[in-house]
Amino acid sequence: MSPETSVVLAFAIPLAGAVLIAATGSLPNLREAVTLATGAALLFVVASLVPEVLAGARPSVDLVEWVPGIQLRFTVEPLGMIFAGVAALLWPVNSLYSIGYMRGNGESHQTRFYVFFAIAIAAAIGVAFAGNLLTLFVFYEALTLSTYPLVTHKGTEDAKRGGRAYLGILMTTSIGLLFFAIVWTWQATGTTEFTEGGILSGHLEGAQVGLLLFLFMFGIGKAAIMPVHRWLPAAMVAPTPVSALLHAVAVVKAGVFSVVKVLVYVFGFELLQAEPSTRWLLYAAGFTVIAASVVALRIALEQGNLKRMLAYSTISQLSYIVLSAAIFVPISAAGAGLHIVAHAFGKITLFFAAGSIYTAAHKTEIGQLKGIGRRMPWTMGAFAIGALSMIGLPPAGGFVSKWYILLGAFEADQFLVMGILVVSTLLNAAYFVPIVYMAFFMEEEAPIGGNGDSRGHGEAPLPIVMALSATAVLTVLLFFFPDVPLALAHAFTGGGP
Amino acid sequence: MSAHLPVLQVLVPLLAAPLCAILRNGRAAWAVAMVASWTSLWIAIQLLTLVLANGTISYELGGWAAPWGIEYRIDTVNAFVLLIVSMIAAVVTPYALKSIEREVEASRVALFYAAFMLCLTGLLGITITGDVFNVFVFLEISSLSAYALIAIGQNRKALTAAYQYLIMGSVGATFIVIGIGMMYVMTGSLNMADLSVLLPQVSSSRTIPVAFAFLTVGISLKLALFPLHLWLPNAYTYAPSTVTVFIASTATKVAVYMLLRFFFTIFGPAFSFDVMQLDRVLLPLALVAIFSMSLVAIFQTNIKRMMAYSSVAQIGYMILGISMASVTGLTAGILHMFNHAMMKGALFMALGCVMYRVGSVHIDSMRGLGKRMPWTMAAFVMGGLSLIGVPLTVGFVSKWYLIQGALEKGWWPVAALVLLTSLMAVVYIWRVVEAAYFQEFPGDDDGELREAPLAMLVPTWALVLINLYFGIDASLTAGVAGAAARSLLGVGP
Amino acid sequence: MSVLGLFNYWIFVFLMMVGFYILISRGNLVKKIIGLNIFQTSVFILYISMGKVTGGTAPILVEGDAVYSNPLPHVLILTAIVVGVATTALGLSLVVRIKEAYGTIEEDEIQAEDLRS
Repeated sequence: MSPETSVVLAFAIPLAGAVLIAATGSLPNLREAVTLATGAALLFVVASLVPEVLAGARPSVDLVEWVPGIQLRFTVEPLGMIFAGVAALLWPVNSLYSIGYMRGNGESHQTRFYVFFAIAIAAAIGVAFAGNLLTLFVFYEALTLSTYPLVTHKGTEDAKRGGRAYLGILMTTSIGLLFFAIVWTWQATGTTEFTEGGILSGHLEGAQVGLLLFLFMFGIGKAAIMPVHRWLPAAMVAPTPVSALLHAVAVVKAGVFSVVKVLVYVFGFELLQAEPSTRWLLYAAGFTVIAASVVALRIALEQGNLKRMLAYSTISQLSYIVLSAAIFVPISAAGAGLHIVAHAFGKITLFFAAGSIYTAAHKTEIGQLKGIGRRMPWTMGAFAIGALSMIGLPPAGGFVSKWYILLGAFEADQFLVMGILVVSTLLNAAYFVPIVYMAFFMEEEAPIGGNGDSRGHGEAPLPIVMALSATAVLTVLLFFFPDVPLALAHAFTGGGP
Repeated sequence: MSAHLPVLQVLVPLLAAPLCAILRNGRAAWAVAMVASWTSLWIAIQLLTLVLANGTISYELGGWAAPWGIEYRIDTVNAFVLLIVSMIAAVVTPYALKSIEREVEASRVALFYAAFMLCLTGLLGITITGDVFNVFVFLEISSLSAYALIAIGQNRKALTAAYQYLIMGSVGATFIVIGIGMMYVMTGSLNMADLSVLLPQVSSSRTIPVAFAFLTVGISLKLALFPLHLWLPNAYTYAPSTVTVFIASTATKVAVYMLLRFFFTIFGPAFSFDVMQLDRVLLPLALVAIFSMSLVAIFQTNIKRMMAYSSVAQIGYMILGISMASVTGLTAGILHMFNHAMMKGALFMALGCVMYRVGSVHIDSMRGLGKRMPWTMAAFVMGGLSLIGVPLTVGFVSKWYLIQGALEKGWWPVAALVLLTSLMAVVYIWRVVEAAYFQEFPGDDDGELREAPLAMLVPTWALVLINLYFGIDASLTAGVAGAAARSLLGVGP
Repeated sequence: MSVLGLFNYWIFVFLMMVGFYILISRGNLVKKIIGLNIFQTSVFILYISMGKVTGGTAPILVEGDAVYSNPLPHVLILTAIVVGVATTALGLSLVVRIKEAYGTIEEDEIQAEDLRS
C-alpha cells in the first residue's frame, strides 16, 4: 500500500463507514460493529503513515482540479499527521464510549448520530491532510456543518438556541473573515499552497500583515480566541460524546491546528518576527488564557455546570496553543503541536468522566459531586489524571507540552508568556483540585426532598469505563513515551528530534 | 446534419409547440415536450463542444450571407448560456408531469406545454442569434409565452402578477426596439458583428448614447435589476411551481446574456465603460439590490416569495461581476449565471414538491417537514447551502471569483458586502431549516403526508447533484466562463 | 435639418410620452393597455420614418435606376406590429380573467381586494 493510497483511504474510510452505518441502521448491534470496525481500519491506515512521514516522506494527492489553477489537494506533513493521528486514535475509543452513553441514556436517532459522527471524522481528516488553504477551508466548513446535527441532537428549544449560536458564530467568522483572508492571500501571492517558510514574504508588508493575521486568527473561529469563543459553551447542549470528541478533539483542534498551520506555512515565522504589526496575537491569546481560566474558576466556585466549566477550560487551553505558536520560534511551535495531543487526551478523559457521572448518577452540577469518588472510583480516578494534565503536572502528558512552551518562551525572552503560564497554571489548579478533593474526601450529601435517585448508583456501564480508562492511560503514557508525537512536532518545525 | 445544428436548436422546440397544442392530450404533449427539450440539450452540448474545439460558429439562415441575412453566431458565451437554458428545460420537463397535473386544470395541460415550448424557443433564440432585431422577436416570443405561463397559476393573484409583468415587460421590450432602431439609423445594419465594426465610427453622435440609454433601461427591466424588479416577486410567487423553476433559472439569465452581448460585443467595453461609464450606474444598483433584497428576503413568510427576493439579490451579484469589467469579474458574472440557475432551480423544485404535497409554501406549513419529506427538505438544504456559498457547492465558486474580482479592483467594501449578504442568506435559509427540523408537524394526521413522487424528486436531486459536482470540480464551468469573459473583453484566448 | 424636417420624430416622441404617461398614471387596466398600444405605435412611426429616403419611391422594382425607400424597416415593423397585436390580445384576455376573478378592473380596488383576502 503506497502512502498516497493510505492518504485517500484515510479520508474515504470514515465516509464509507457513514454509508454503511446508515445502511445498517435498523440493526443496532451490527451498526455499532460497523462503527468500531471503521474506527479500527482508520486507525490502522493512519498509523501506517506515521513511519513514512517521520522518514521524511510528504505524500501528496491531487483529488480534483477545483477551478483552473487551484487543486483540491491532500498533502501529509508532520503537524497534520499529529492531528490525524489524534483523531484516528480517539475515534474508536469514543465510539465505544458513545455506545455505552447513547444506550445508557436511551437517546433517540442513534443512526443519525453515528452517521454524522463518521462524516465529521472524515472532515477532520480532510482538515488535517489539507495541502492548501482552499482544501483546508472546504473541510473546515464541512466539519462545521456535519457537527451541527450532532450539537442539536436533542431537538429541544435549548438545542436549537445552542445550534444557532454554534452555526452563527462559526459561519460568520469563517465566511466573513477566513474566506476573505484566503481570497486575499490568493490575490496577493497567486498560490494557496502550504509551503515551508511561508508564501506571503515579499508580497505583503507592514500593517497589511497584521490585518491579514487578524482576519485569519478570528476567521478561524474554531480556535476560540476571545471574543469569538462563545460557540463553545453554547455547543455544550450536545450529548457528552459529542462534546468529548468534537469539542475536545476534532472541532477545536481543527481550529488551533489551522491557526498553527497558517502561521507556519502561510506567514512563516521570519515574516511574523520581522513585522511588529503581528504582536497583538500574543496579547489576544494571553488574555484569552487568563480570562477563560477566571471564568472557569468562577463556575467552579459557584458550583455550576461541570461541562460548562470544562468548556471554558478548553478555551483557555486552546489559547495556550495559539500563545505558544505566537512566540514565533520553532521550539515553542513544537510545544504547540505536542499540546494538541496532550490536551486532546486529557480533555477527552474529563468529558468522558462528566458523561459517565451523568449516565450513572444524572448529575451535571459541580456541587453534586461530593463523595462521588467512592461510588465511581474509576471515573473519578480518570478525572483526576485528566485534571493533572490540564494543570500541567507530572505524570500527565500536559507537563511535557508545557515544558516545551516554556523552553520556547525562554529562548525568545518572552517573560510575559512565562508569567501568563505561571498564573494560569495556578488558576487551573484552583478550579480542578477542589473538585477532585470533593469527590474523594467529602461526605455524600443526602438528596434533598428525599428523592432517592442518587442512592444506589454505582459505576457507569462497562463500555464507558473502558473508554475513559483507556484515555486516562493514554494521558499518562504520553508523559513517559512522548517520542512519536515529539518527533513529529520537531519534524514539523524543521529541527531534528 | 451537424452543419444545421444552430438552427435546429431553435427549430425543434418551435415545432414542438404547435404539436403540443394540436395533440390536446396532456400526457402526449408532455412526451413531445420531453423529446424536444432533451434534443435541445443534446444539441446544446454538441454546439458547446464544437465551439470549444473549433472556435466561433457562424450559420447563415436560409443561405443569405450576413449582414443582409440573419446570422446565427455561436461563440463561447452563448454556447454556455444555451447549455444553461436547455439543461434546465431538460430537467424541468420530467418534473412538470406530476406537478402540472396537480396545479393546472386537465383541459389546459396540453396548452401549457405548448406555451412552455414557445418560451424555450424564445430563450434559445435570443441566445443564439447574431441579429439584433431577431433578438427582439425572440424576446417577445419568450415573454408573451411567459406571461401566459404565469397566468395559469391557481391563485387569482397570478393574473395580476402576469398583467404587471406584461406591462413592464412590454415597456422594456419596446425600449429595446427603440434602441435597436436608433442603432440602425446610424449604421444601417442589424448584424451584431457588423454593428461592432460600424458603431465606433459614429459613436460621437448624440444618437448612439441615447440608443445606449434605451437599451440599458430596457434590458434592466427584463433582467429585474433593482429598482426595475417590481414585477418579479409576484410573478415568481404565484406562477405554477414548474413555471417558477423554469423562469427563475433561465429568463433572467438570458437577459443578463443580452446585457453582455449588447454592451461588450456590440458597443464594446471601451465605449460602454470608458465613454458611457456604465459601471457607475450598474455598480451602485447591484450593491443596493444585493443588500436590500437580501434584507427583504429575511422578512418574508411565503418561502417562494423569499426565494424570489433572493433571486433579485443574486442577479445583483451577476451585475456586480459584470460592472467590474475585468476578466475575473466577468468570469464571476457569467459563472454565476450557470450556478444560480442550478441552485435556484433546485430550491424552487424542492418548494414545488412541498406545494405538491402540502399545498402551501408558507413558512408555517414547512413545520415538521424534515421528518415527513426528508428527501425534499434535504434537497432544499443542499440548495440553500449552495445559495449561501458553502464550499463544495457551486455558490462557493461564484463567491470565490466575485471576491477575487473585487479585491483586484481594490474594492474592499464591495467584497465585505458580498460576504455580509452571504451571511444574510444563512439567516433566511436557516429560518426554513429550523421550521422543518425543529418544529412539530401541525395537526394530528397520522402519516397522511408522504414524500413527494419520485418523478419530482429525481429531477430535483439531479440539480442538487449538479450543484455538488460543479462545486467540487469547477474547472469545466469556470474554464468556459473564463474563456467567455476573455472573448467578450477581447483579450487573448 | 430644421425642426419641421424632423416632424415625424417629434410625433414619435410625443406619442411615446403620451402612451407612457397613460401607462403610468391610469389605474384602469384597459386604459393601461391603451397606453401601452400608443407607446408601441410611436415606435412603428419611428421605424417607418427612418426608412424614408428623400425623393425615393416605394420599393417595388421598376425599370431604370430609381431611388427606393429602404424597405427593411417596414418589414421589421410589420413583425413588431404583429407582436404588438399579440401583446394586446394577451393583455386584454388577462383583463377579462381578472374581471372574472375580482369583479373589477381598477387597480386600487384589486389591491384592496387582495388585502382583504
